[in-house]
Amino acid sequence: MSASEGTHDAALHAHGDTHGHGSRRGYLMGFALSVLLTAIPFWLVMSGVLSDVQTTAALIIVLAFVQILVHTVSFLHVNTRSEGGWTLMAYAFTAVLVLIVISGSLWIMYHLNSNMMPMAAAEMGNGM
Amino acid sequence: MFDSPILKTIFGRLTFESFPVHEPILLGTFIVVVLLGAGIVAAVTRYRLWGWLWSEWFTSVDHKKIGIMYIMLGIVMLLRGFADALMMRAQQAMAFGANEGYLPAHHYDQVFSAHGTIMIFFVAIPLVVGLINYVMPLQIGARDVAFPFLNNLSFWLTAAGAGLVMVSLFVGEFSRGGWLNYVPVTNLQNSPDTGPDYYLWALQIAGVGTTLSAINMVTTIIKMRAPGMTMMKMPVFCWTALCSNVLAIAIFPVLTGAFALLMLDRYIGTDFFTNDLGGNPMMYWNLVWIWGHPEVYVLVLPVFGIYSEVTSTFCGKRLFGYSSMVYATVVITILSYLVWLHHFFTMGSGASVNSFFGIATMVISIPTGAKIFNWLFTMYRGEIRFELPMRWVVAFMLTFVVGGMTGVLLAVPPADFVLHNSLFLVAHFHNVIIGGVVFGLFAGIDYWWPKAFGFKLDPFWGKLHFWGWVIGYWVAWTPIYIVGLMGTTRRVRHFDDPSLQIWFVIAAIGAVIILFGILAFVIQIAVSIINREKLRDTTGDPWNGRTLEWSTSSPPPAYNFAFTPVVHDLDAWYDMKSRGHARPDGGFRPIHMPRNTGAGVILSGIAAVLGFAMVWYIWWLAALSFVALVAVAIGHTFNYNRDYFIPSDEVARCEREHALLAGAA
Repeated sequence: MSASEGTHDAALHAHGDTHGHGSRRGYLMGFALSVLLTAIPFWLVMSGVLSDVQTTAALIIVLAFVQILVHTVSFLHVNTRSEGGWTLMAYAFTAVLVLIVISGSLWIMYHLNSNMMPMAAAEMGNGM
Repeated sequence: MFDSPILKTIFGRLTFESFPVHEPILLGTFIVVVLLGAGIVAAVTRYRLWGWLWSEWFTSVDHKKIGIMYIMLGIVMLLRGFADALMMRAQQAMAFGANEGYLPAHHYDQVFSAHGTIMIFFVAIPLVVGLINYVMPLQIGARDVAFPFLNNLSFWLTAAGAGLVMVSLFVGEFSRGGWLNYVPVTNLQNSPDTGPDYYLWALQIAGVGTTLSAINMVTTIIKMRAPGMTMMKMPVFCWTALCSNVLAIAIFPVLTGAFALLMLDRYIGTDFFTNDLGGNPMMYWNLVWIWGHPEVYVLVLPVFGIYSEVTSTFCGKRLFGYSSMVYATVVITILSYLVWLHHFFTMGSGASVNSFFGIATMVISIPTGAKIFNWLFTMYRGEIRFELPMRWVVAFMLTFVVGGMTGVLLAVPPADFVLHNSLFLVAHFHNVIIGGVVFGLFAGIDYWWPKAFGFKLDPFWGKLHFWGWVIGYWVAWTPIYIVGLMGTTRRVRHFDDPSLQIWFVIAAIGAVIILFGILAFVIQIAVSIINREKLRDTTGDPWNGRTLEWSTSSPPPAYNFAFTPVVHDLDAWYDMKSRGHARPDGGFRPIHMPRNTGAGVILSGIAAVLGFAMVWYIWWLAALSFVALVAVAIGHTFNYNRDYFIPSDEVARCEREHALLAGAA
C-alpha cells in the first residue's frame, strides 16, 4: 500500500506497474518530430520566406500546438490505455481548463475599458 | 533604530519599532497569547508529553491523525478569526458621528484582511481537508492515503502558513488589502510595509500544502478503492471530495502564479500589476478570481457530501437520486470555472462579457438546486432522527437557500452595479459560507467524532452550540443584508448617518450570540471528554451508518481494516449488515504500513523561517534556509526506512479487543 512511497523491497514493488514507458522507436520518432517542429519556426523567421509577419506568427503558434501534442504522445505517453484512461481524461480536462482560463482572460482584458469614460492620455499617466 | 549597516545586514528591516508595543490592544493580546502558550508548553513539559507528541502525532503519517491535526488547526484559527469578527462588529456598532470607535484605520484594515484570509485559508480549508483526510480513506476501504509522507508535509506546510499569519500580529503588520490582497493597495508604492509580504509568503507556503494534499486525495480515490467499489458505488462524500480536489489541483497554480507575479512586483520592481509600462492591476483581479470562484466550490462540495451522508444515515434510507447527485457535482465542478468575472462586473467590461458570466452564474444554481431537492426527497417518508448532525442539515437547507437566492440576484449584472462592494454582498457570502460550509463542517464533526474518538459528543451542549450559531447567524447577518441593500459599502470603519447605527448594534448582538455558540462548542468537547465513559461507542457503528467507515472499530486501529472489505453495492456497510456480516476472528496476516517521519515538520519549519526572512529582507537567513530546504528535501529521498509490518498477532489482539467490547455492549 505504501509502495507508491518508494520502497526498496522488490516483492512489495511488484504490484502491476503497467503504465507504458514507451519504446525506443517511439522516443526516436518523438525526438525527430520535435526537432523538426522547432527547426521550422526558426527557418520561417530567419529566412523570412513569408513576407507577412502575421501569417508567420500564426504558423508558429500552430506548430507550437503540434509540438505540445507530440510531447504528450511520445514523451508523456498519454493514450487511451494507460492507467485505464485516467491520464487521457486528466489531460483533456486540463486542456479545457487552460483554454477557458487563457481565452477568458484575453476576452476579459480586451473588454476592460468598454464601460469606462474616455480619458485623455495625459490624465491616464496621473492615475493611481 | 538600527542604523548601522551591520545590524541592517543581520536584521534586515526588522527593528524595535516593528514590535507594536505602543498599541494597547495588540500588547494585551500578545500578553494573553504568551501566557497561554507558556502555560501549554509548561503543561506538556510537566507531564513529559513532548516525546509522545512528536512520535505519535507530529511525525505521524497516519491519515486519521493528520486529519485530526488539520481539524484542531482549523478550530484554533477559527477562534482567532472570530476574535477579528467581534472586533469589527464592535467598531462598526460604535463608530458613528463624533465617535471614532476604538480601532484606527490602519488597524481596522488589517483586522478585516486577516479575518477573511484566516477564515478561508486557515479555518475552512483545514477543516474540509481534515474531514476528507479522516473519512475518505475509511469510506473507500483503504489503509492510508496514496502518499502518506506527503500528507504529513501538506499539513505542516499549512500550519507553517498559519504560523506566519499569527506572527504578523505581533511582529510588524498584516496586509491591509482585503482577503485577496488586492492591488493597487498592495503595490509597493502604496504598501511599503511588511503586510502584503506576510500575506504572500504565508499563502504561498500554505498553498503548496493544499495543492500537494489535493494531488494526494485524488490519487487515493482513483487508485485505492476497495475491490468492487466502482466509481458509481463510491459514497457521495468521496465523489464530492474527488471533484473538490480536482478543482483545487487546477486552480491553486493560478493563485500561486498571481502571487508570484505580485512578489516580483514587490521585490524586484517589475510592473505586472502597476499602472506603468503596460502593467494592469485588473489582471491581478482576473487571476485571483480564476482561483477564487472555484475555491468556493472546493470548500462547499465536500460539505455537500457531508450533508448527503448525514441525511441518508439519519433518514435510514438510501440517498434519493445518487447518480443525479454525482452528475450535479461534476457539472458544478466544470461550471465553477466559467463564472469568475461575476466578482468584477463593474470593472468596465462590455455587455457581452457581463451577460456571458451573469448567465453562467445563474446556471450553477440549477445543479445546486437539484441537490437540495435530493436531500428533501431523501427526508420525505424517511424515519428521520433529529440527532445533532441532522439538525445542522435542516438549518443548512433553510439558511443556504436564502444565500443561494441572493447569489442569483447578484448574478444579474445591472443589479450587481448597485450592490457591488456593498454589505449586501458581504451578507450574501457569509450566508452561503456560514449556512453552507460552516454548518456542514459542524455536522461532519458531530457525525464522525464518535468514529475518531470512540465516544459521542454531548448532545445538550451540542444543541446550545447549534442554536447559538443558527440564531446568531440570522441576528448578525439580516441587518447587514438590509443596510447593504440600502447602499452601505463594505470595509468601512466609520459612518456618518446615525439612522444606520441600530442595524449595526443588532448585528453586534448577533455576533455575541454566535460567540455563545462557539463557547458551547468548546464546552461540548470538554464535557464530552469528561463524560466519555457514558458516551462511549463500543460498536463502531453508533448511528446505524451505511458506509464503510462504520464497519471498523471506533476509533479505528492504525491499519483501519484487518481485511480489505469487498464491496457489492452502494452503501456498502448497510449491504454487509443486511447480508449478516460477521466479524473476522482469525486468519490475520501481517499488515504493511508506512513509517512515521519527521521530515515534514522539519521542512515546514524551514519554510516558515524562509518566509519570515523574506518578509523582513533578512537575505542571509533567506538564502541559508532556502539551501537547507533543498538539502533536507534531497536528504529525505535517501531515507529508505519507510515502511514496516504490523505483525499478525498484534492485529489479532486488536481485533479481539474490539470484538470483546462490541460483544459486551
